Amino acid sequence: MKILYFAWLRQKIGKSEDEFALPEGVASVGGLAAHLAGLGPGYAEAFADVARLRAAVNQSHAGFDAPIGEGDEIAFFPPVTGG
Amino acid sequence: MSTTIRIQTEPFDLAAEVKALSAGAGAVAAFTGRVRGEDGVEALILEHYPGMTEREIARQVEEARRRWSLGGVTVIHRVGELKLGEAIVLVAVAAAHRGEAFRACEFLMDQLKTSATFWKQERRAGALVWVEARHSDGLAAARWKKLDQPR
Repeated sequence: MKILYFAWLRQKIGKSEDEFALPEGVASVGGLAAHLAGLGPGYAEAFADVARLRAAVNQSHAGFDAPIGEGDEIAFFPPVTGG
Repeated sequence: MSTTIRIQTEPFDLAAEVKALSAGAGAVAAFTGRVRGEDGVEALILEHYPGMTEREIARQVEEARRRWSLGGVTVIHRVGELKLGEAIVLVAVAAAHRGEAFRACEFLMDQLKTSATFWKQERRAGALVWVEARHSDGLAAARWKKLDQPR
């Protein structure tokens, strides 16, 4: 699966994307966020307060309870600020 | 009716975009957002989620077309570094009458603010700071949910 990071999330993690197999026991966006938080200090900081984050599954906005599967494109980002 | 959605670094030509929408339309409403110079802001730096941004705007245009009878719709949003006074975004809507054009234009801007995947940083005295989402933008977008009836 492909995981994308935007804005300050990308800066804290130090890269714009990861690609790996769906970790065992991870079935939702929130589960993936919790898994990512354990990958290192940058990830821990980025995912410290998930209430500040938004997510998308396959380029559609999704809640943290949304199910995910192998092959999905998941993105994490702060609330949008365009316009 | 045609929908044009473009994400680009280069400036856009407001007059040319409005002209392109105008054939056969009784009304064209166009909104342009620009970089404000408040609080010492020198420039904005915008990034987006290529692919999702276009899809999300297209979804909002489809929703606008469900609510109102529209002609051509053009949404252009710039990314990269934008200096004071530069135009950031254009939403232009053609329709038979002004009511539909005005409402659809405002609807699209409100939705774009809260759902299109853009993020901006402000540069002040050389330092970059991420802009926080505004609660008022969320309220502006949410009020359309209560206004599900067209017109």
